[in-house]
Amino acid sequence: MLIDFILDPFQFSFMVRALIICICVGIICPFLGAHVINRQMGFMGDALAHSVMPGMVVSYIIGISPFFGAIPMGIVVALLIGFLVRKTKISNDTSIGIMFTGLFAIGLIMISLMGGLTVNLEDLLLGQVTSTSVSDLYTTLFLTTFVLAVMCLLYKQMIFTGFDYEGATVIGLKAGIIDYILLGLLSIVIVVTLQAVGIILVVGMLITPAAAASLITNRFWKLVIVGIIFGVISAIGGLYASYYLDLPSGPSIAMISTIIFCGSFAKKQLRWPKFN
Amino acid sequence: MEFGKELVLDQVTFAIKPGVLIGVVGPNGGGKSTLFNALVGLQPLAHGKILINGHVPNHRSGILSYVPQKEQVNWRFPLSVLDVAKLGLMSKGFGIQSFRFGTDPLVKSSLEKVEMWEHRNELVSNLSGGQRQRTFIARALVQQADILILDEAFSGVDVASQEGVLDVLRDLRNEGKTILVATHDLNTLSDRFDEVICINRHICAQGHPNEVFTKEVLIELYGSHADMFDGHQIARHSHVN
Repeated sequence: MLIDFILDPFQFSFMVRALIICICVGIICPFLGAHVINRQMGFMGDALAHSVMPGMVVSYIIGISPFFGAIPMGIVVALLIGFLVRKTKISNDTSIGIMFTGLFAIGLIMISLMGGLTVNLEDLLLGQVTSTSVSDLYTTLFLTTFVLAVMCLLYKQMIFTGFDYEGATVIGLKAGIIDYILLGLLSIVIVVTLQAVGIILVVGMLITPAAAASLITNRFWKLVIVGIIFGVISAIGGLYASYYLDLPSGPSIAMISTIIFCGSFAKKQLRWPKFN
Repeated sequence: MEFGKELVLDQVTFAIKPGVLIGVVGPNGGGKSTLFNALVGLQPLAHGKILINGHVPNHRSGILSYVPQKEQVNWRFPLSVLDVAKLGLMSKGFGIQSFRFGTDPLVKSSLEKVEMWEHRNELVSNLSGGQRQRTFIARALVQQADILILDEAFSGVDVASQEGVLDVLRDLRNEGKTILVATHDLNTLSDRFDEVICINRHICAQGHPNEVFTKEVLIELYGSHADMFDGHQIARHSHVN
């Protein structure tokens, strides 16, 4: 009975693809999200998700995978925001706010001007992981492997620059380049995650599992591991909820990650011991 | 040194012997942090050069270690004392150190030297100001830097903890390390430091604390506020050990 409940959704190949993509998203989002929440970059993540809209629309217009439009767009926007923050007196959140509202508006106008697109606005905004193609799956697997490899290779460097930027620079690390790499990875992760939860909810997947983990752990590496566990549970749980309760996949995934956060918050409030 | 077109630090010429503990004093905005930033390579020089042992320093060699002001550190990162000390290993490799299991003997001995080994599993964000400073000094020791530069090392640190940090710095000085500490506290200079460098947009004086604080130097440092030092002798506070 339980086995049937677990396996039944995966008699369909589109659900198998969705499961693999959800697991990928559940792993890479909290891994990067651990840095995002500790560097207070949540707004940046939200902004990047909205800013890639024009790139995605262009991809749909010319009939290619949205990855090919969104990833370059995300990387350019991430680097541009990073550059604006470093080189101008405009504050971080102001630069981000200007960029993301402007680019999101351009994306919406493009959709309204271009009739006959193969994707509807709701799928872009809320995600539809069950309608991903085989090529989307392979692209997701490649990008997930790439992000994980870079994150593992630069694990301590990213911690050092986030914790003590000047100290990292003095010791000889290229702290600025490491920050730009982090922004580039952030844009890739967001584009990968857009398939599952859409533009509006992507920041939830990025920060909520990591934030939930931060409430019940007291080390960065534990935050990453517990965050990944929460992320994968959220993504798979949301997929099941979507299948059995006929709910949209994006909001289901975001809802479960929020429920997990509430559980972590309750655990913290009740002062149960942390995972030491 | 310049910020944009504005000259913020000029006529900065001084030499330091190895194995001395130096206090750098001056008013807010006088250029202490700018000088330190230039020494550690964070701030490019508009003119002139910095030589260490006769050579332009290669910062990747780890010869200099920097303990930043507490405001410059992101305390949100949940790192333990041990985690922070281990970051000093980054000067000796790139990436591969991240995956070393167990505690490096150098990390252990450095934490023991600053008496933080027993606190190794505590979060740095939960430590007192003095314990945080000692943790960062341990990171510098792991880095095996010959020169330690501490910006506002005693800011927000209670007097007893300041003495604890100073004991550690004196021990390191006795082992041959050269240490520069930015400080605002003129009262304890003669007890704490072998030399002082007075800075206010330029080097006003350098020497033993009991000798450099003339009326003229105080006026150069603090302008009209120098009156508050009338009748005040730097060396008078020798009761602090």
